[in-house]
Amino acid sequence: MTGAALGKDLTGLEYLSPDQIRLILDTAEPFKEVSERPIKKVPALRGKTIVNLFFEASTRTRISFEFAEKRLSADTVNVAAQGSSVSKGETLVDTAKNLEAMRIDMVVIRHGSSGAAQFLGQRIRSNVINAGDGKHEHPTQGLLDLLTLRDRFGRIAGLKVAIVGDVLHSRVARSNIWGLTKLGAEVAVCGPASLMPRNVHELGVTIIPRIEDAIQWADALNILRLQLERMQGGFIPSLREYNRVFGVTTERLARAPKELVILHPGPMNRGVEIDSDVADGPHSVILPQVTNGVAVRMAVLYLLAGGSPDWAGAAGKGEDH
Amino acid sequence: MPIRTQLLDDRAIGRALARMASEIVERCGGTESLVLVGIQRRGVELAARLQRLIERAEGSRVPVGKLDITLYRDDLQTVGPRPVVGETSLPDLDGRAVVIVDDVLYTGRTVRAALDECADFGRPRRILLCVLVDRGGRELPIQADIIGSRAATVPGDRVDVFVAELDGRDAVELVRGEPK
Repeated sequence: MTGAALGKDLTGLEYLSPDQIRLILDTAEPFKEVSERPIKKVPALRGKTIVNLFFEASTRTRISFEFAEKRLSADTVNVAAQGSSVSKGETLVDTAKNLEAMRIDMVVIRHGSSGAAQFLGQRIRSNVINAGDGKHEHPTQGLLDLLTLRDRFGRIAGLKVAIVGDVLHSRVARSNIWGLTKLGAEVAVCGPASLMPRNVHELGVTIIPRIEDAIQWADALNILRLQLERMQGGFIPSLREYNRVFGVTTERLARAPKELVILHPGPMNRGVEIDSDVADGPHSVILPQVTNGVAVRMAVLYLLAGGSPDWAGAAGKGEDH
Repeated sequence: MPIRTQLLDDRAIGRALARMASEIVERCGGTESLVLVGIQRRGVELAARLQRLIERAEGSRVPVGKLDITLYRDDLQTVGPRPVVGETSLPDLDGRAVVIVDDVLYTGRTVRAALDECADFGRPRRILLCVLVDRGGRELPIQADIIGSRAATVPGDRVDVFVAELDGRDAVELVRGEPK
């Protein structure tokens, strides 16, 4: 266990060891059960104050973090960029330092700029958790995808996972690639050439240009949301065109040699990157992903709140009866 | 050099558990509304054994639950999070006579956490505490109702309980003089 402690912040899966990732997934297991209890709450983080600092719109991730925090008995405050001093031009660090002056313990941050979470983590004492920063990472989404795959297959090592869609702009893709490859899965990316990052193969992934081939190859598809605002950027000609060439449809899946497990980080554009029949089909784990999101975030909050990085050594002992 | 002394061997543990099983039934006036709740980890094994002993004597199988108190501890700040939190699965506790089963009673902090956690699962009619070894040294006003054995210890001592299911043998041992 030694060396598996998480340190102060969670900014990306790139910076975690395979052992640290496994520690979070293993810790998430018992937290699933907490959400099934009659009183869905444990006192583990009683007295901790957590600020959810969201500079970008988010429904699911913010709510998921908030549930995780409340189920651990932390006190939470939500700050949205709109209506706060941020819209008056206050810098990120000033905002955070002011919050810290009110004696907070943790910040969950979503920000449009890649690297914002790390930048903040280096400048404040509180624990910082990245809830999505620009095109960089969305580590808790990556972790919940890993947990959902592990639930379904019993393992990550050796799995073939194809990430489909707008990989270029996707922090979800990047966190998945880091997490999956660190735990020994094979990863391929599939999507329009205009939405593939240059040098993506340097991350240890294969490029499969055609969705039909990706479906032949994979055990699971992680279908990214086509960010509709990309249309304006001229990355794809039209939504209909995208659906025709890259949409995951029942017809395409019918030709797969095996049943594929379907993941999607949400929110979905039904009829664009994914057909409704597929999203609601028997092999879709899209709602289990949402359930696991709360458990994974509880695990991350719990592990980071423990603080001292040398706790791993003490863990075996303290059986104080 | 730390000195290791055996307090109970397998036969002594067997006799203690048999007596504890009958005491549980006696104290609760039968097995009607009885629920055994073992505290992770060795309390879980002991609760399962008590269940079998009660079944043998009374002919009825009382429900058994598992409780992991990790998330109810009061020392997250000082010792940090436990890497592995065990399973919690409890039967209906409302109106039941709940017997909390643990291997060793020492400071009482584990039991305090277990009482808080049970309260979040239901409202038992009463709660009893049953331990294999009471080693003294309480830091909270908590006492056991049913005790397998008492051990005189000093701070710094450690009481190790071994159960066949997890450790391959049954024994209770006192370890004294271990370097801090």
